Amino acid sequence: MVEFSMTHAWLVPLLPFLAFAVIVFLTRPWKMLSALVSVGAMAAGFVISAYAAYGVFTSHSLIEKSLEYSVRWFSMPGLNIDVGVKLDPTSAMMLFMVTLVASLIQIYSIGYMRGEKGFSTFFAYMSLFGASMLLLVISSNLLEMFVAWEGVGLCSYLLIGFYNHKISAREAAKKAFVTCRIADFGLLLGMLALQIIFGTLNITELGEKIANFELYTNAATLTLVAVLVFLGPIGKSGQFPLHVWLPDAMEGPTPVSALIHAATMVVAGVYLVGRMLFMFLEVPEAQQLVAVTGAFTALFAASIALTQREIKRILAYSTISQLGYMMLALGVGSLTASMFHLWTHAFFKALMFLAAGSVLTALHHKADIWEMGGLIKKMPVTGATFAVGGLAIAGIPPFAGFWSKDEILSLTLSGGHPVLFFMAALTAFLTAFYMWRLIFLAFFGKEKPENHPQESPPVMTVPLLILAFLSLVGGLVGTPWFPFWGEWIRFGEFHHAAPDYTVMILSVILGVIGIGLAYKMYVKDVSAEQRLAERFRPVYTLLYNKYYIDEIYMWFNHTLVDGAAKAMYLFDIYVVDGIFINGIGAITRDTGSALRVFQTGRLQNYALVFFLGVLAVAVILAITGPAPAGLVWGGVR
Amino acid sequence: MINSLSLSIGITHFLVLSSLLFGIGLFGALAKRNAVMVLICIELMLNAVNINLVAFNKFVTPLAFIGQIWAIFVITVAAAEVGVGLAIIIAIYRNRLSVELDDFDWLKW
Repeated sequence: MVEFSMTHAWLVPLLPFLAFAVIVFLTRPWKMLSALVSVGAMAAGFVISAYAAYGVFTSHSLIEKSLEYSVRWFSMPGLNIDVGVKLDPTSAMMLFMVTLVASLIQIYSIGYMRGEKGFSTFFAYMSLFGASMLLLVISSNLLEMFVAWEGVGLCSYLLIGFYNHKISAREAAKKAFVTCRIADFGLLLGMLALQIIFGTLNITELGEKIANFELYTNAATLTLVAVLVFLGPIGKSGQFPLHVWLPDAMEGPTPVSALIHAATMVVAGVYLVGRMLFMFLEVPEAQQLVAVTGAFTALFAASIALTQREIKRILAYSTISQLGYMMLALGVGSLTASMFHLWTHAFFKALMFLAAGSVLTALHHKADIWEMGGLIKKMPVTGATFAVGGLAIAGIPPFAGFWSKDEILSLTLSGGHPVLFFMAALTAFLTAFYMWRLIFLAFFGKEKPENHPQESPPVMTVPLLILAFLSLVGGLVGTPWFPFWGEWIRFGEFHHAAPDYTVMILSVILGVIGIGLAYKMYVKDVSAEQRLAERFRPVYTLLYNKYYIDEIYMWFNHTLVDGAAKAMYLFDIYVVDGIFINGIGAITRDTGSALRVFQTGRLQNYALVFFLGVLAVAVILAITGPAPAGLVWGGVR
Repeated sequence: MINSLSLSIGITHFLVLSSLLFGIGLFGALAKRNAVMVLICIELMLNAVNINLVAFNKFVTPLAFIGQIWAIFVITVAAAEVGVGLAIIIAIYRNRLSVELDDFDWLKW
């Protein structure tokens, strides 16, 4: 079975895709059957992934040389594209994680989506998403990966706009699609450049060739290519300045937010950079850009999350912030730390989103955390699991987030980036604060009489409990004392760094202070935020309005893009249409109307002209003699 | 005088005759308003050409009959042309109740 799973890993994306097809064409009228098909396919994918992961994580040879098999997709002279599977510890981990989280979220969705219109369609989309994401994970070829990349983008669009009767959902879907498309343009250009320079898009071959890139190109070009490739992840993983779509993506159903916009799809960008890390390591400037983008995004998004009021929006900014951590880890050159954080984040963020979904269901989609309160009494499972997620993201040991965040922090410091370390540490503090602000406001404090919350059914709470368990223990695979993770998922040599107790203690202290401050401000003294907001009104307004990034983009669109469009429109109307199209027409028409007076329509006029013409020829011949006659007839004798 | 005149009838006389005939025909074809008259004038022009052909045959290539054969061709074609022309005129007359060329201006803009 292990052998079979490893050599048939392509079944993992194929099964959800078949589920999608089956639901769309066959089982759509039967809601429960559709859900079962979808969940069944994903669960089967999970079983195969688990076996494959077991196989991968027991054979050491796969660390250095991944298991690859492929079939030819198409070929042209100089362009050979394969679709294939690249199975190494990183992709095996991702397969396992994605199928696991997706299965849990799909089970949860059965409860969450009950009674919604388009129940079957929802599961069809979820399956299609799963198929695309898993294909992206196992791709051995960048073009194959790009197809899957666009596939997850499409599913994201469809699922954000799932409640398409709401204008805001439609707008958010469009925004996500367009924003990512801008980024994908860069990625596509980067891929083109790679194909042109290195003549291949196979990731393994690229790795070998880029290791000796001087044979093909110079460092400046490769830096440019790396930056272009990085544009794609900036969009997909919601890095500044293309993060704007991710908070709006919360218009979709909550399981979508959990699966796509927290646990799996948004980490695709991180995964891509991780896959191409060999390229970024060759060009320090590009790597620096990744690190700075990551650290800045982490801090930036965390600061916005401080003032937001909608529960899912806070989680969305938290996701952006955590993605920034992962990028930072890659930027300081550590695939291990980045993938580790990706792994733990998937569990605790999916958990928190699903718990938020449970809250929203109970409160009939009232999303403002200030209107919640005391929910833990009525919803103990949801509250407790959310708190587990909160502890994990705040970096309290032994929860999962602590280990991965600690690894990123210590690597940033030991890599010689004190500024980035400071930003990351500050972010850790802010994260603990805003997340526990949410928890204290929503689950503790006074109950609001107008709310009548009820604990969700087991189909929703069981996935929560499983995810909470994973958030608790998921990090133990990579503790500094037992670095199982780093031994397997790594790029280059395995460094067993000694545990850095200073950083560890610092991050715990930051987390505890954050939680403590949140406790003081939102449980002890509820009006504290009000007073702080009054005191620092401009800062508060700036943060509450998300640094006005959306407004800046709107202004940019309305003045520059629309202005340019208007100029182009006028150019089109007056120059292209006016001079070229209508001008040529007018010349023809006017010439015609001038010449038509010669067309009298009287035969005898025409005959007279014939005669005059013949006369003229005769006169010319008579004057010039016979020699030019030869010329007149073109020399024909 | 009469004698010398009668003796000197040469190609020039034929050409002058045919030119006059052609000129009359041309004038008529261009100036006449009646379509039948125009057809008649075209016949005049064709016959002027025939005179030319026969005259050149006699004076330039007396041993070959090229010109005469051409003249017979022209007469044949002229007969056909008159047949077609008259048929057209009748057809137009049925339509317009007129054989005046001034009325035949359908091609006009």
